[in-house]
Amino acid sequence: MIEITIGAISKPMEAKKIKTGDWGTEYPVVDIEKCSGCKSCEMFCPDLCVEVVKENRKKYAVFNYDYCKGCGVCAFVCPEDAIKMEMKEIYKLEVE
Amino acid sequence: MKYFSAGHGACPGCGLPIAVKNVLQVLDGKCFVVNSTGCLEIISSQYGKSAWGVPYIHSLFENAAPVAAGIEAALKALGRKDEGHVVVFAGDGATADIGFGCLSGVMDRNHDIIYICLDNEAYQNTGHQQSGLTPLGEATTTTPVGKMMPGKLKNKKDMVSIAVAHGIPYVATSSSGFPADIRRKVKRALEFEGTKYIQIHSPCVTGWGVDGKGGVIAAKLAVETGLYPLVEFEYGKLTRVRKIKDRKPVEEYLKMQRRFRHLFKHPMGKQIIEELQRIADENTRRYGLDVKRK
Amino acid sequence: MMKVVRGFYSVAHAVKTCKPNVISAYPITPQTEIVENLAAMYANGELENCVYITAESEFSAASILVGASAAGARTFTATCSQGLILMSEVLINAAGMRLPIVLVNTNRALSAPLSIWNDHQDSMFMRDAGIIQVYVENNQEAHDLIPQAYKIAENSKVLLPFMVCMDGFKLTHAYEPVNLHTQEMIDEFLPPYEPVAKLSVEKPLTFGAYAPPHIYMEFRVALQNAMERARKVIEDVFKEWAEFTKRDWSGHIAAENVDGAETAVVTMGSITSLVRDVIEELRKEGKKVGLIKLRTFRPFPNDEIKKALEDVNKVIVIERAVSFGNEGQVAIEIKNALYGGNNEIYSFAVGLGGRDVPRELIVKIIDNVMKGKVKQGFYFEGVHEFREVIP
Repeated sequence: MIEITIGAISKPMEAKKIKTGDWGTEYPVVDIEKCSGCKSCEMFCPDLCVEVVKENRKKYAVFNYDYCKGCGVCAFVCPEDAIKMEMKEIYKLEVE
Repeated sequence: MKYFSAGHGACPGCGLPIAVKNVLQVLDGKCFVVNSTGCLEIISSQYGKSAWGVPYIHSLFENAAPVAAGIEAALKALGRKDEGHVVVFAGDGATADIGFGCLSGVMDRNHDIIYICLDNEAYQNTGHQQSGLTPLGEATTTTPVGKMMPGKLKNKKDMVSIAVAHGIPYVATSSSGFPADIRRKVKRALEFEGTKYIQIHSPCVTGWGVDGKGGVIAAKLAVETGLYPLVEFEYGKLTRVRKIKDRKPVEEYLKMQRRFRHLFKHPMGKQIIEELQRIADENTRRYGLDVKRK
Repeated sequence: MMKVVRGFYSVAHAVKTCKPNVISAYPITPQTEIVENLAAMYANGELENCVYITAESEFSAASILVGASAAGARTFTATCSQGLILMSEVLINAAGMRLPIVLVNTNRALSAPLSIWNDHQDSMFMRDAGIIQVYVENNQEAHDLIPQAYKIAENSKVLLPFMVCMDGFKLTHAYEPVNLHTQEMIDEFLPPYEPVAKLSVEKPLTFGAYAPPHIYMEFRVALQNAMERARKVIEDVFKEWAEFTKRDWSGHIAAENVDGAETAVVTMGSITSLVRDVIEELRKEGKKVGLIKLRTFRPFPNDEIKKALEDVNKVIVIERAVSFGNEGQVAIEIKNALYGGNNEIYSFAVGLGGRDVPRELIVKIIDNVMKGKVKQGFYFEGVHEFREVIP
């Protein structure tokens, strides 16, 4: 027996269940030293998976790899060039 | 963010969630979202997997505007006007084509809503068919490139002028390549009572034929070539534009996207590129976009 | 208070007493006067907590109500014919979203050719939509049905759009004495609308989600279940109204003299009055004829029809529409209800596009069937013989 709602009305924010982090072939790596905490990446990220946090007076970007699709927009918009897109291990080909 | 969730199904680098999350943030979640059928709706509102943290309704393809008008009316009648702003997110097809009549009625009656057209320049969700806001020369699946035809032969419908002609208080264009601009314009729109129309150029990586970051790059180039002017009208008067320093030639914008690349090879392509440059020049002249050099 | 009023006024007055929050209006003959009367009431400040919107098309008018209803408002509109068909996409959507929108459909023929006159083609077209349909015979019944429609539609076991069907011109424009509702009376009968779920910032919900194959079907079954539950809710509200006002319109069907009848005539809408009159004359002559006035068309009262007509030899369906490529829709549904029985069923489509149905025609129809002069089947009656030519 399953439960369905009247008129297919859905509860909010259930998309969180879907971890889209396995979509991308690349992932962003932030150089915390270079990061100025400007929030450009946070403002742009289409997948809402980067947040600027503050730790000991230092602001820097933290990524949530559960959802990151590896689009690379963050790396492109970062004014400090602090983000680099790295290829995920499983996609690295061994060339003999 | 508690207004829009990660885990939605948008393509990597899609311009739609960039626009949406910035709009919702400015509204601080105090809003009722009406969304027409299209990419945004499909990626965010599957049953049991909704990405929305604000009250949201999707009805049909062409009726987002009147549904929003109905919500506005209900809030007024029930004494709940201060509960939140009514916002529409509708694609370019839903706005300029199938929903055009309904939108005109809503603008004519000046309902107090913010209507945001997310313009990715084609019916992208169904696989990239041309819409009224598809630009001249674009290859779509219903205006494909062939021996006789070089893609779409007509340019974008001027929705900005149409909106202004309805006499609504605020009309603006913005771009997912400039989210701070989106925020400023939504904030400004809130200061008016009546229908506010904001058209946001929203890159589609899959449809435009670019890679993940290429969408944002293309969106910025669209503005920097003058092909997508960022303007603001208040009560019919042009009040503000985003000026362009060192305007780039349209080729730079066109050659980076698969949807225009054929223009560099097709026999009719050169003509179209020239026409697009003329359009960019005309936009620049009309809205005063070039920074005057001393 | 008894007053001689036109049908459209009796509708507008009834709607006013139900205190709608959002009314959307678009003109179409012959319902226009309903929304005009409501506009006049609105302009006079007689509609409290109400916003009246002049939409730019019926499609828009219906869409406005979808948004309003989802936000928790009680809603109303009126339409017919081309307007009903134009809003069909929205109404079907509203049924799926389980929004209790109430609308009056002033039955009118479908184009082409254009006709502003009465028949049932428009609402018959919508019978698959998941919208409750009840047909009225006269203006008092229409006036009475409106508050009942809200009570039924807004019942949490139902939550479906409700279409009050009244014959265009024949009822809307006719002057009839109507006992008009008082506000106190309707305040007692009809509580304010309490939505089970609504658009609210406090409790954000997602309306109108899309359902992939693994879950879509359950929602459609749920819609069917709602229609099935509506049977009892409709019956209960009909009974409650009868007790409350002492005006008993009966149930899903009104069976008159069907017990022991050899022939029964089934009709819907205003033509029932004429048919009843003819049958009374026949009964005076000793003929065993009965009448079934079909009121609820959706959900279709299969059990009631079967029970009433089981032992009736000849069933005559007199109807006002046809499903092209088959036959009259009421006959199709009656046949379905009586499947497995021994009845002879004769169906006659009359009065399309407002074609006058004179008394003699009804007499002839019933006479021919009773005397065995026609075979079982489907017939158009009251039509000139014609041949089609190229102009």
